Amino acid sequence: MIGQLFQYPFMVHALEAGTAVAVLAASVGWFVVQRRQAFTGHTLSVMAFPGAAGAALAGAPTTLGYYVACLVAALALGRSRRPQARGYVGESATVGTVQAVGLALGFLFLSLNHAVLDGLETLLFGTFLGVSQGQVVTLFVVAAVTLAALAVVGRPLLFATVDPVLARARGVPVAVLDLAFLLILAVAVAATTQITGALLVFALLIAPPATAQLITMRPLPGLLLSIALAIAIAWLALGIAYFSIYPVGFYTTTFAFAVYVLVRMGRWIASRG
Amino acid sequence: MFGHEFIRNAYLAGTPVALACGVVGWFVVLRRQVFASDALSHVAFVGAIAAAVLGLDVRVGLFVLTLAVAAGMAGLGRAGAADDVVIGTVFAWILGIGILLITVLATSSGGGNGLTPASTLFGSIFSLTAGAARLAAVIALAVTAGALLIARPLLFASLDAELARVRGVPVRALGAMLLALLAIVTAESTQAVGALLLLGLIAAPAGAAHQLALSPQAGLAVSAAIAVAATWGGIALAYAIPALPPSTAIIALAAAAYGASALFRSSAVLRSG
Amino acid sequence: MTTRAQAQGTREGPLSAAVEIERAAIRLGGRPIVSDVTLTVARGEFVAVLGPNGAGKSTLMRAILGLVGLASGSLAVLGAAPAQTRNQIGYLPQRHGFGEGTRIRGIDLVRLGLDGDRWGISIALGSRARQKRRAERRLIEDAIALVGAAAYAQRPIGELSGGEQQRLLIAQALVRRPKLLILDEPLDGLDLPNQSAVAALVKRISTEAGVAVLLVAHDVNPLLGYLDRVVYLAGGRALAGTVEEVITAPKLSWLYGAPVEVLKAADGRLVVVGAPEAPHVHSHRHGDP
Repeated sequence: MIGQLFQYPFMVHALEAGTAVAVLAASVGWFVVQRRQAFTGHTLSVMAFPGAAGAALAGAPTTLGYYVACLVAALALGRSRRPQARGYVGESATVGTVQAVGLALGFLFLSLNHAVLDGLETLLFGTFLGVSQGQVVTLFVVAAVTLAALAVVGRPLLFATVDPVLARARGVPVAVLDLAFLLILAVAVAATTQITGALLVFALLIAPPATAQLITMRPLPGLLLSIALAIAIAWLALGIAYFSIYPVGFYTTTFAFAVYVLVRMGRWIASRG
Repeated sequence: MFGHEFIRNAYLAGTPVALACGVVGWFVVLRRQVFASDALSHVAFVGAIAAAVLGLDVRVGLFVLTLAVAAGMAGLGRAGAADDVVIGTVFAWILGIGILLITVLATSSGGGNGLTPASTLFGSIFSLTAGAARLAAVIALAVTAGALLIARPLLFASLDAELARVRGVPVRALGAMLLALLAIVTAESTQAVGALLLLGLIAAPAGAAHQLALSPQAGLAVSAAIAVAATWGGIALAYAIPALPPSTAIIALAAAAYGASALFRSSAVLRSG
Repeated sequence: MTTRAQAQGTREGPLSAAVEIERAAIRLGGRPIVSDVTLTVARGEFVAVLGPNGAGKSTLMRAILGLVGLASGSLAVLGAAPAQTRNQIGYLPQRHGFGEGTRIRGIDLVRLGLDGDRWGISIALGSRARQKRRAERRLIEDAIALVGAAAYAQRPIGELSGGEQQRLLIAQALVRRPKLLILDEPLDGLDLPNQSAVAALVKRISTEAGVAVLLVAHDVNPLLGYLDRVVYLAGGRALAGTVEEVITAPKLSWLYGAPVEVLKAADGRLVVVGAPEAPHVHSHRHGDP
């Protein structure tokens, strides 16, 4: 029965895309969880909506719209972030405002285009049908480039994240790294959105790394574990969604959530024993 | 403009809702709980869909689910504020269920009594009946009154939880009450402004107010004033420009206010330099 | 009596002093922070940097690290210009304790002190790289052992007490075997037993490893008995010498430009009374002490 899955090209493409996206989302997501930027991650992913709607209006490819919108939002957020004040009161208000503006613009573009709002669902909740070979290749390239970027900046980024005062004193360009990470995050969510949809990016971006960090706090093992968990979740979700009438987004989030809850409960039980 | 009933209803509902958002939002931004607010507004959408699937009044689903999630958030965190990873994972899971329910709704008979994802997500303030508008106004005014009632102890608890606790202020309960008020205004306003755009009215006016170094009383007043002004202006603009959706106009004005106050603050900082 | 004369007594041979400051003045944002600081710290000396809030203690430390420039005067660190020797200085800046939610282990924090500013990932290919990896691990373990934190280094840092966190942060500052250790208010927020313990630890490190230490503090008392000398900053000026020489009423009154009393309790503790907290604007001074 599993063999059935691999017979159809669209399914193979979906699995390939799912793998690329899982690797990408989980590795960037490990840092997102460390940096407590889940809200920012969600906001950037939501930008896919005005991106796609704007692209449709302009007659440009949808994927391009995703990336452009997410990157523009990242730049807007990067400029407004105050380097010295962690948890500065205004920061979450800025992120929330950017999200609302993005959505409002998306809605405007949609209305201007008199576009049928069917596509809305796919955009927000993802699909694995109709993933083309070209898309798969692009996703793997994006994943490779992002992983390379993380490999280069990962260590100083972690330093800047957990110990910004000392990092700055040691010459780590904290403000630059903050912005660089936002751009990396923008690219990662733009890619992930294509599979999970704008609203469900967390299933691969946040849940697997959060689960991994419950199991180990060691950076490299944690990162690898996040990726492994994300791939497992993506494959399981895609596999089951194939046989089911229900959308893949539901399965991705449910499995991601289930794994997180199980590990969390397991730790709680272990701590009582 | 006021000759039209739909405009009158829009103002009738919009004004108190804006007031409530401005007041509640001021505390939400202060306590850095904008993400929780975002989560609640996303969850509201799922509540509406769930109610439709179960054949219940949309409102029931909206209120029950948002209040339940708000209670969960209040319970899971310290001083009524939960971890961003937990919030994110839970709301992604609930959204996943939402997409499941959309599918169920689409495939079931009746197709959901006119409820579309678009209207729940982006609102339809111009399609309110007089009765719906009146109800929205009453609930929003009640929320505003409730927020102002607990304002002083809530402020104390938000700024200095330790001391407040020692002085007998029920810190946790107040945090839960704020989340409950937020849930109610979210559930009610979803129909007017739409779940996704509610975030803008919670975050932007309050964000603007917090940029200016004001006393709490002045801050609350400014936040409410900006929210109401944005709503009035937005409705008028949308009336004048048919292609502009009202929710987009409202959010754009609120965000502009935030941008303006941020610019004002940074230029003031530079001048005092 | 001058500070130079005393410092020279402990200098060893051709090795330069750890820190040599000559009539330094520092300005930040146009305002004078310190106007006339002269100080020499020898290798292996344990010197406390004291003074009221806003006196410029942290700024002076940052100047030694090369993060802030001098308006006038000269400053040599380990025989070279400040920024050049930054890698040989272990720095423990003032920062908030790590909150409960901080998701990193103590040992990883110490490791970041070793290589956190290096870009790229280090893959141990080949025996040379593996040896280097092993040597690095030894450095980390030694630093942690030196501060006595081996028992809890594997735990998430957010779960540790203030004293435990502080020890790991000292290990972080020590991990690259610095010749100079700068600790900015490491005793803040610690209870008295912990303050004593940290002071004793720092003294032991200074003696055993021959590391010069500049420790910024509000209160000299937890450090009495461990110190070699103190530097007292107030009113933009500095006085250096032993505790008995510097912390006296006439000296401190001159420094502050206001009448100050120094009381000595029966157990040897010193209390400075009447010192204004706000930074003193440098005005005309008449005569030396």
